[in-house]
Amino acid sequence: MIIKSPDALESIRREAAKALCIREGSNKESSAEAAGLEKGTPHMQILCCGGTGCKASESAKIVDNFHASLEAHGIADKVDVVVPGCFGFCEKGPIVKIIPDNTFYTAVRPSDVEEIVTSHIIAGAKVERLLYQDPVTGEHISDSKHMNFYRKQLRIALRNCGFINPEDIREYIARDGYKALADSLSRDSLDVLADIKASGLRGRGGAGFPTGVKWEIARKFDAEDKYVVCNADEGDPGAFMDRSIMEGDPNSVIEAMMICGYCINAHHGLIYIRAEYPLAVHRLQIAISQAREYGLLGKNILGSGFDFDIQIRYGAGAFVCGEETALIHSMEGKRGEPTLKPPFPAEAGYFGHPTNVNNVETLANVPIILTKGPQWFASIGTEKSKGTKVFALAGKINNVGLIEVPMGTTLREIIYDIGGGVKNGKKFKAVQTGGPSGGCLTEKHLDIPIDYESLAAAGSMMGSGGMIVMDEDDCMVSVAKFFLEFTVGESCGKCTPCRIGNKRMLEILDRITDGRGKPEDIETLENLAKTIKDTALCGLGQTSPNPVLSTLANFREEYEEHVNDHVCRARKCKSLLTYSIDPSLCKGCSACARGCPAEAISGEVRKPFVINPEKCIRCGMCLSRCKFGAIKVI
Amino acid sequence: MSEIKVSCEALRKVEEICGKFNNDPGELISILHETQNTLGYLPEQVQAVIARCLGIPPQKVYGVVTFYSFFSMVPKGKYPVSVCLGTACYVRGSDKVLEEFKRVLGIEVGETTPDGKFSLDCLRCVGACGLAPVATIGEKVYGRLNPSDIKKIVEEFAD
Repeated sequence: MIIKSPDALESIRREAAKALCIREGSNKESSAEAAGLEKGTPHMQILCCGGTGCKASESAKIVDNFHASLEAHGIADKVDVVVPGCFGFCEKGPIVKIIPDNTFYTAVRPSDVEEIVTSHIIAGAKVERLLYQDPVTGEHISDSKHMNFYRKQLRIALRNCGFINPEDIREYIARDGYKALADSLSRDSLDVLADIKASGLRGRGGAGFPTGVKWEIARKFDAEDKYVVCNADEGDPGAFMDRSIMEGDPNSVIEAMMICGYCINAHHGLIYIRAEYPLAVHRLQIAISQAREYGLLGKNILGSGFDFDIQIRYGAGAFVCGEETALIHSMEGKRGEPTLKPPFPAEAGYFGHPTNVNNVETLANVPIILTKGPQWFASIGTEKSKGTKVFALAGKINNVGLIEVPMGTTLREIIYDIGGGVKNGKKFKAVQTGGPSGGCLTEKHLDIPIDYESLAAAGSMMGSGGMIVMDEDDCMVSVAKFFLEFTVGESCGKCTPCRIGNKRMLEILDRITDGRGKPEDIETLENLAKTIKDTALCGLGQTSPNPVLSTLANFREEYEEHVNDHVCRARKCKSLLTYSIDPSLCKGCSACARGCPAEAISGEVRKPFVINPEKCIRCGMCLSRCKFGAIKVI
Repeated sequence: MSEIKVSCEALRKVEEICGKFNNDPGELISILHETQNTLGYLPEQVQAVIARCLGIPPQKVYGVVTFYSFFSMVPKGKYPVSVCLGTACYVRGSDKVLEEFKRVLGIEVGETTPDGKFSLDCLRCVGACGLAPVATIGEKVYGRLNPSDIKKIVEEFAD
């Protein structure tokens, strides 16, 4: 069915909104009382997270069990099972939400399904044990709106994730989807572009370049074939916001690409996506084919005379392909090596045609900016960074998950209020933002309002939004080494500073963490880092020394301890450790000896055991197996 | 590497795949993806066929295959093991999980066990950071791993 005009779109929206209204209503207001079919609720919905994280915990099986159970109870016609994208609260996945009372069940197992159906869906009694329990108050919280994790969030880019079924374009249309496109096509494209500029939206892929300005530049280059590229090559390990958006709300990206195409006079769209994201690819393919079916992609869109179509291009595992020139080469079927700018892609990009590249999260903001108005968007955030930012909160934190907060929120609010603090009551040590190109921030940075400028001033960067929390057990020298190993592995090898400089830095860090550090090493590291930063060809190389520089700036004493005293205070660096058994605590249970992979522990049962330091490979297995705290690590 | 012999039928399939993409050199990466999906890996002989079909030098194809970590020139094991070394998994101890896999399987990263059963690789982030540290065997994701779990998990795959 082809939608031929904005009016036809509006009538589909009204029709589709009916199916969604029960969900919309419960989103706004929830009752403490559970609904139930026996209590007279005519229709219910079960939302079961279909994001990658929850799928890894058998959420597909949960969906199957729900279908089977509803069928067995003969109520399949009264209850819908919907599979939306990521809810964000990955720590306690899989998530199941019951509508209309908006009950939020966490860590659901396939075996819990029957109880949810009989007790909640049919009898109207919530399953208390599956509700989220506040770690501080111990109170069970039924509606996610009242959870600290969600309370401080403002979901704009993630507005539809965890709410609509991403495999049904009608649910997207019901939430004003493609309305921004319809409105834009009836306006002068320059006015639309002016709105994007006025909103203050900046690139969410890392560098923060103003999106409207980028479009304006791309518009200036006239050519028959111009391209709008969506950069979905989310290579930063530990960041998964782009994937969640594509899995949970693929149509928002498609709509934004078309609006961009209209503004810059381009008719071709390309989505460059990592092959590691099969589910996101699948959902995008469905969204594209549905959009074509509805005439929202193709010729003469909504009767406006504007043509646009989108194709998907696959990455093949190369971090550097997040850099736009490298990405373009990769799309052309070549090695993903970056080239010098200028010429910028806006002038000569994909096969020499003018090309505009935007990141997924940036694009996801575009439709809602146009429907709600640029002033609305500009009123959120800080002076120079408008709107919200999605962060993938992970590492040693209680609430791992995907969050979205207004720019200007402090790290403390994110880590302690939303994230629920550091895991296992350990002491906070650092938070890494910006992935391998970013830096480590410490206690003293916790109260700065986060935006592009403040993070850069603190020696890190916004990056794509990975946020990894570390505690007292993490060795900062090892962390720097970990990131450098990543960069060395991902360096394309084209320019010397990155190819050789990073390798030399890694060798030095290897030496330091192995207890062979030389006194001059720290200074050499610093010099090398600064040189690479100044001379590397592309963004990957120029930012690769950041983890080393920021850990040197904030944790220099740890480097000095490794080099001068051969001590790793976090007890991470194996070569600097000695394992021994305290004879006064050892009960002689032999658990350590049985678990030792190197057969380095010997002794007689019920007498203290001993570790042979020659054989010990310092794997820490004995430490994890001893129940009496008898293993000492120095 | 050059000792690996590929059947004529497999080579015909490769030609077919190239034809499907109109022998367009711009589609090289898509062709390699599809070929690897079909054959499981991309040995030199296969690369030579692709180069001939697309009318480009074999070293161009080789350059692309070796540039991207997704492409492999050796066959993977029946059960490919991938340990996530993304940052979130790393700070939750994935390095120890990897060491234990190496020890239990007796192979290094990028190798396949002599019986062809397991291969070991690292990957960067499957996005299941809430379950860190994570490893995948085939399609199945194993989360919240402890080094002491590994032996048991590998034994699950005893035929």
